[in-house]
This record gives sequence, structure tokens and C-alpha cells, in this order.
Amino acid sequence: MQNNFDDIIDKLDNNQLWDFPGGVFPAERKTLSNQTPIGNSPIPERLYVTTKQHIGVEGHLVVEVGQKVLKGQALTKSMNPFAVPIHAPTSGEIVAIQKHVSAHPSGLPEMTVEIRSDQQDKWIQLNPLVDYQNQPKMQVLAAICDAGISGMGGAGFPTHIKSSPKKDVDFLIINGIECEPYITSDDRLMREHAWQIRQGIDVLCHLLKPKHVLIGIENNKPEAIEAMQVACRENPNYRVCSIPTKYPAGGEKQLIQVLTNREVPAKGLPVDVGVIMHNVGTCFAIADAIFSGKPLIERVVTVTGEAVEKPGNVWAMIGSPVAHLLAHREYKKTAQSQPNVIMGGPMMGFSVISDLVPVVKTTNCILAPTDNEIAGNNEQACIRCSACADVCPASLLPQQLFWHAKAKELDKTQDYNLFDCIECGACAYVCPSEIPLVHYYRIAKSDIRIEQEEKQKSDKARDRFEKREIRLIAEQHARDEKHRLAAEARKLAMASNGNNSKDKIAAALARAKAKKQATNSLDDKQIEPVEIDAANKAEQTVKTEKSDTTTKAASSNQRVQAAIARAKAKKVAAEAGKEKEISQLELKDKVEVVTVEENKPEEKQLDTDDKVDTPPPVKTQVSTQTTISNETPAVAAPQNIEPTKADVKQAKIAAAVAKAKAKRQAQKIIDNKDRSNQPSPVNVDNTKTDSQVELAKTEEQQIEMKKRRIATAVAKAKAKKAAEKKMSKEDKPS
Amino acid sequence: MSLGFAILTALLAIGLLALIFGLVLGFAAVKFKVESDPLVEQIDQILPQTQCGQCGFPGCKPYAQSIADGDEINKCPPGGDATIKKLADLMGVEAKSLDSAHGVEEIKKVAYIREDECIGCTKCIQACPVDAILGAAKQMHTVITDECTGCDLCVDPCPVDCIDMLPLANSASSWRWDINAIPIKQIS
Ligand code: SF4
Ligand code: SF4
Ligand code: SF4
Ligand code: SF4
Repeated sequence: MQNNFDDIIDKLDNNQLWDFPGGVFPAERKTLSNQTPIGNSPIPERLYVTTKQHIGVEGHLVVEVGQKVLKGQALTKSMNPFAVPIHAPTSGEIVAIQKHVSAHPSGLPEMTVEIRSDQQDKWIQLNPLVDYQNQPKMQVLAAICDAGISGMGGAGFPTHIKSSPKKDVDFLIINGIECEPYITSDDRLMREHAWQIRQGIDVLCHLLKPKHVLIGIENNKPEAIEAMQVACRENPNYRVCSIPTKYPAGGEKQLIQVLTNREVPAKGLPVDVGVIMHNVGTCFAIADAIFSGKPLIERVVTVTGEAVEKPGNVWAMIGSPVAHLLAHREYKKTAQSQPNVIMGGPMMGFSVISDLVPVVKTTNCILAPTDNEIAGNNEQACIRCSACADVCPASLLPQQLFWHAKAKELDKTQDYNLFDCIECGACAYVCPSEIPLVHYYRIAKSDIRIEQEEKQKSDKARDRFEKREIRLIAEQHARDEKHRLAAEARKLAMASNGNNSKDKIAAALARAKAKKQATNSLDDKQIEPVEIDAANKAEQTVKTEKSDTTTKAASSNQRVQAAIARAKAKKVAAEAGKEKEISQLELKDKVEVVTVEENKPEEKQLDTDDKVDTPPPVKTQVSTQTTISNETPAVAAPQNIEPTKADVKQAKIAAAVAKAKAKRQAQKIIDNKDRSNQPSPVNVDNTKTDSQVELAKTEEQQIEMKKRRIATAVAKAKAKKAAEKKMSKEDKPS
Repeated sequence: MSLGFAILTALLAIGLLALIFGLVLGFAAVKFKVESDPLVEQIDQILPQTQCGQCGFPGCKPYAQSIADGDEINKCPPGGDATIKKLADLMGVEAKSLDSAHGVEEIKKVAYIREDECIGCTKCIQACPVDAILGAAKQMHTVITDECTGCDLCVDPCPVDCIDMLPLANSASSWRWDINAIPIKQIS
């Protein structure tokens, strides 16, 4: 049941709020950094601006290496609603566009624009949109998008998308809770720039038209509450709410529950319950973008922890390496037994893997704790105390989740609503056994995500596989049909004009003969090759057709055999450590069997060819031959290789041909071996095999030529006879 | 007499009922016939669809059929232990370790064609079970990485050995959290 808008307002008028389940009260440690105003930091030597700093896709790069950029110049362009551009934080030169360690728990490198600052800090021409109220909404949204603004509180969702909802908005909630220990960046921002934050809220109201604006601030920040109250005094629709301090009151769902008692559905968005939430930092950035045209190129970052000499808040340029800010605030390495810098707070942050990790748009804190501020890692067995379940703000059962996550029972973790976990860390905080519960959940979540991705991929693969099978079968049918038709047509043609065509052919041949007799014997030599060529071609086409049909039919069978053979070969290779050489040879043999088997249809064809045209010289030669070629192509190829590319390619083709030949040869030998079932001595000899093949080939060719010559002679004789008959026939009636 | 009649009517009535129900059931069996074996479909859903044939069948579906007919569930190396576990759950049998006769579970790889060495023979295209290779005769070929299942079938047919199986690159979005990567943070 969704709470009525008026009821909520009534209750808020009476200064009454709701509560969310669970929650913890960790030491705040905020006074460490919130006593001094936000300072400026010097411009870093180098800036590393990651191209994707938000949820969505990265923009298209519009700059190149070596280019000089001005402060605020766009580095990427948004081509997609979910792309948010990035900007140069200061003026300077782009020295590299490459992968750089990212502000992500994994630290995996991501595409980054590296800028060497010229220390001039020269702004580009800015285009503010001061009369935004008279501009169409699209214009304002575009200005927000072009300024590169994405959520600065947590996840980094593109602000222009969040600001153009499809549903009506009851409440615009401005999140100034900042419940995580140590962090004070929003606190200081509200104290010092309340007016500008309010301007940002004005812009959002213009876009969202909410019925009411609630600004939630924890009651441990009285100065911030006062400042915001003063700033919002003139607008009765804006209400600053002081929220009881409890971690994690700043969670989106939790804050909505506290202020409106509405619960966001498990897979839903706040707008489903009529709420939109923005962070105070985002409001500040929106005001910057609209009223002065400045893109989001710097933000307030809390640099704190007892290992930092001068903790406090600084304006940090997006892309400043962590090391730069720490150095500015005098970080003492010696205070830590091992270097440990956390980006984000102690509950939800992550350790950075390098001090060159850059500040991104969502970075609110850099924490350098001493050893006694952070508990060590001595995980013990769960004692089933259920303390974790009591504090979980999402009313989950962390203990069950932990069991199943640890046992990798991913479907069961989902039964326990793992994805409702906001990773607040409250459960791990209270766990007496010091189990890093959240990390188990994060692992399980990423495993599930990867599994889902794999599932999608495998579904796609299945689809493609099945479509391919269908296509192959259809192609096969089409080919069969074509052959059948062709055969029928041939038969028909033969039957219908048998005599007629015979006559014509005979006449033509007679003419040819007459011509031939007129020319000398040199011509004889010219004609013959042509004829042979034609014959060759015909044979080739027949061959390819035949092999095609058989290949497809046999392909699946072969694949199985191939796979089995490969698996066996692997096994053999693994087992035989001692007789390595022999097993390797065996392996090669087998692999070769596999590959040759795939060529089998062709080979069969070859065999039949042999039977047709030639007495089997090849076969006999091979069967007496017991040598086997091992690495024929690899050895044979390099001889021809010349530095030029074309030659290399030529050589490769030659090698491929040689390899195929060798395979065929090897196959025959193996066939023989298999038949006799006696292992023959293996003898590696390349040249011999090659020459053998060559020899066999030339012999074969010679015989074929001879045969063809005989055939043509017979044909000629027949033609002669026919022509003579015809002549006599023609003579008679005349 | 009347007793005999009573028995007869009872028998007739029951016989008639049996006939009616038999007809209804028979009709239902024909009318609501399930097209394919749902068990095979379920098993096929679990198999990784690499289509590599290492299990000894020409693709995942035939192996699924064979499992449904009572074959061992531990023959699929690409699926590895996770798949075996799921199959065991589905089939209600004990999970075994992978049968090493069919291969071992390896990290996920995709094929990569060294394009300047490709001679455009199209042999790999014919071998690829999921049409993940793009190319034409005498033209350079390339692998569509997103579609490649890493089945290894294209490597052997290549006459110039220009296909490599490379491990899939890790990106921040596909990164798995590691329990040791992030030490637990607690405020004392
Ligand atoms: S981390 Fe998740 S399970 Fe633990 S208390 Fe927070 S929401 Fe609950
Ligand atoms: S708080 Fe820790 S020990 Fe207690 S039930 Fe939860 S996980 Fe187990
Ligand atoms: S081994 Fe596994 S992935 Fe490969 S074809 Fe068989 S079932 Fe499919
Ligand atoms: S490209 Fe090669 S490894 Fe990838 S799916 Fe196709 S045949 Fe298998």
C-alpha cells in the first residue's frame, strides 16, 4: 500500500518520521575532517580522466593525443542517451589516450585521457543558460547532459535520464544524509554553498514538477541543516528534514522509507513510488552547469584518516591521482604497517590498488586509516547468533545468504533475495565472528551476473548452431534437387534429339578433321592441351560437387570422431611423460587422422578417380612405403620464404598444399597400418615423402594424358566413321 | 436371479465407465501430446552450448538426448563441475567429477585469426558450428569474438595454423570479486 501524499505531509508537519528496519551506529569520526573549510588543492602535474565514470556507455572521443585543450573543453561527445561526456579539468596538452588503472575495486585498466597541465588553468568559452525557465525542457536536459553530470552520491546514474521520468513525481528528495563514517564532503558543501544547492534544486523542480521537495539531512550536521533552512526559507514547498542518525539512512530505499514510508519494489525504481532522489553534490553541479555553464570537472573530496596529517575537504579536479591529494594533505606512510588507501568510506569503499587511481565523479572520500582504526581480517565460523539479521536494513537473512553464497548455491541466494542487498555492510559490522559478509555477497552477485551473461551467450550459441544446421540441410536439399533436375534435363535432351545432335556433332567433327589435315603437325600439339584442360575442368567440377554433398552429410560424424580423437590424444600426451617423443608422434598421427578424416570425401573421390583413369601406382607406392612425414609443412616452407609479404603468402600456400599432401600420404599409411594392425617403425623423412608424392603425381598425370589421347583418338575414329556414313547417305538421294 | 442381474448391471456399468474414461484419456493423449521431450530441453538448457563435440556427440543437443537416455553426466569439459552439479540436481543422481577422457575444464577462450597470415581458404568457416567466422574465399577471415564459443574446432582445419585460442580478456564489468582483493574494513 502506498501512503497518501497528504498523510505524509501531515505527518511531516508534525515533525514525525518513519523508520527503516535494522541499522547500526558506527563511530562517526566526522569531526576529523569537517572542522575546516573546503580547501583548494594545487593543479596536479598530470590528470587521468577516465572516459566512463557513470552507469551507461562511454562517449565518443573528440580529442587526440598532442592536442592542446582548455579547461572545461569536452573530451568526449554523447552519442547515446546513456552516454555522459567528460571534460578537461584544466588547460594543458593531451599526452596519451590509453588504458589506465581505474577507480574500481578490480583496478582493471580502463580507457583514460591523460592530460599534462600547463598550470595556466585557462577556461574555455562558457555558455550559461541563466533563463532556463523560459527554455524548453529538452534544452535544459541537454545542458545538464553536456555538462557531464551523473549522480555524485553513489552509483553515478546519468542525471539527465533521472530528471526526465515518464511518471508523475510526488516528492523530489535531496539526499544530504551522508551516513557513512568519516565522510564530510556533502556536509561542508551544504554549509558553504547552500544557496547554490538551492539553485540546483530550483532547476530540478522546473524539470520534474514535484509536488513537494524534501531535503534530508542527518541530525548530526546541525550547521548544514541550518544553512539549508536559511537558503530554502523563501520557498514554502521546500522542506528541510532532520533525520535521526543511523547507518545506512542515506541508502536510497531507506531514506524514502524514512521520509514517506513508501517501499520501493524489489526490482523497481524510486519513481515507481512517485519519488526522485538526487544528491546535494549533484544539485550543486547542476546549478554550476546552468548558471555559469561550467561542466562537472571538480568535486569536493574528503581526505581523511589518522594516517593523514591535515585531514579535511578539498576541491579536487576529476582525474587527480589519489597520490596527489594525499601528498597535499600530508599522508604519512609510516602510520600504516602496509600502505592502505580506501576510496569511499570504511563501510562501502574499496582499497585502491595503486596511488595513481584517479578521482572520478562519484569519489567522495579518500581514507588513509592507521592500523588500529581498521579491524584485521580474522574470519571465524558463523555462530548463528542472528545479529546480522537484526541490523539488516533490507530485512534480509544475511546468515542464510552467507551460507549459500559460500557454498556457491547461487539459485538459493537468489531465493533469499540477494539482489535486494544494498551492500551497506551493516551485517559485517556487527558480526561477532568478523565474517566479511558483504564480500561474499559481492562475489555471489558478480558470479550470478556472469552466469546470466553466459546463459545469454549460450542461448545465442544454441540459436546460431540450430540455424546453421537448418541452413546446411536446406542447402543440401537444394543441391540434391539441382542435380536431379540437371540429370533429368540431360536425359531428356539425350532422348529427344539423340539422332539429330549426333548428326550435328559428326558434321562438326568432320569439318574439324578437314581443317586439321590442312594444317601441319604443330597444331596437333596446340589442340591437345586445350582438350585436356577442358576435361580437367569438367572433372574438377564433378569432384567439388560430389565432395560437397558428402562433406555436409558426414560433417557431424567427423566432428565427433575428431573430438574423441583429440580428447584421446590429450590423454595420451598427459599420461606418457617418459615416452614423450613417441607419444608426441602418436598424437600427431592422431591429429592428422582427425584432420584428414575431414577431407575424406575428397579422398574417396580421389581413390575412385584413380580407379577410373589409372592403374593404381599411387596406392602401391604408398603401401610399400613405411615412412611418415612429421612436420612436413613447417620444415618445407621456410626455404621459399623471402622478406616480402606476397612471397610469404606464397610460401604459406605452398606449405599448406604440402601439408595437405603429407596428410593424405600419412592417412594412407595409417590406413595400411591399421589394416595390418602392426606398428611399423616410424621414420621421419620429409624430402622422401615429398618426392614420393611428386613422383606419384607425375606418373598419374602421364597416364591420364595417355588415356585422354586414346579417348580422343577413339572419338575421332568414330566421328570419321559417322561422317563417312552420312556422306554416303547424303550421296544416295542426290 | 436378481443377485445375478445386480452383478451383471454392476459389471456393465463399471465396464462402460472404464470404456468412457479410456476413450477420454486416449483422446487427451493424442490431443495434448507434448511435442518434444521436455527433459532433453531442460538438459540442453544446462549444457554450455559450446558445440565442441568433446563429449563424443555432434553438439550439445545430442548429448542432452543421450543423458536423457541414461548416459553419464560428466562428459562435458567446457561446462565443468558447475554443469555436472546442475545436471546431477536435475537428474537426481550423484554428481561425479569430470571424466578426463573427454578433456579437462579450461579457462574460457576465444579464437583469434592472425589476419595477415590468413590465406582465405574458408576451411575454418566450414568448421565453425556457430558461424562465428566471417570471411570469403581468398579474403582475410576474422572471428566475431562475441559469437565464438571457444570450441577449438576451427584451429585444426587451418592449413597455415594462423588461428590462436586466446583467453577472454577481463574487463571491469566481467570481473569477479575476489575474497582476498578487498580486505574487510571495520571501525573499531
Ligand atoms: S550488506 Fe546486505 S545483507 Fe548485510 S545488512 Fe546490508 S543490506 Fe543487509
Ligand atoms: S552475525 Fe555473523 S556469526 Fe552471527 S549469525 Fe550473522 S554471520 Fe553468523
Ligand atoms: S562437450 Fe559440452 S559443450 Fe561440447 S558439445 Fe558436448 S555438451 Fe556441448
Ligand atoms: S570461431 Fe573457432 S573456436 Fe570459435 S566457435 Fe567458431 S570454430 Fe569454435
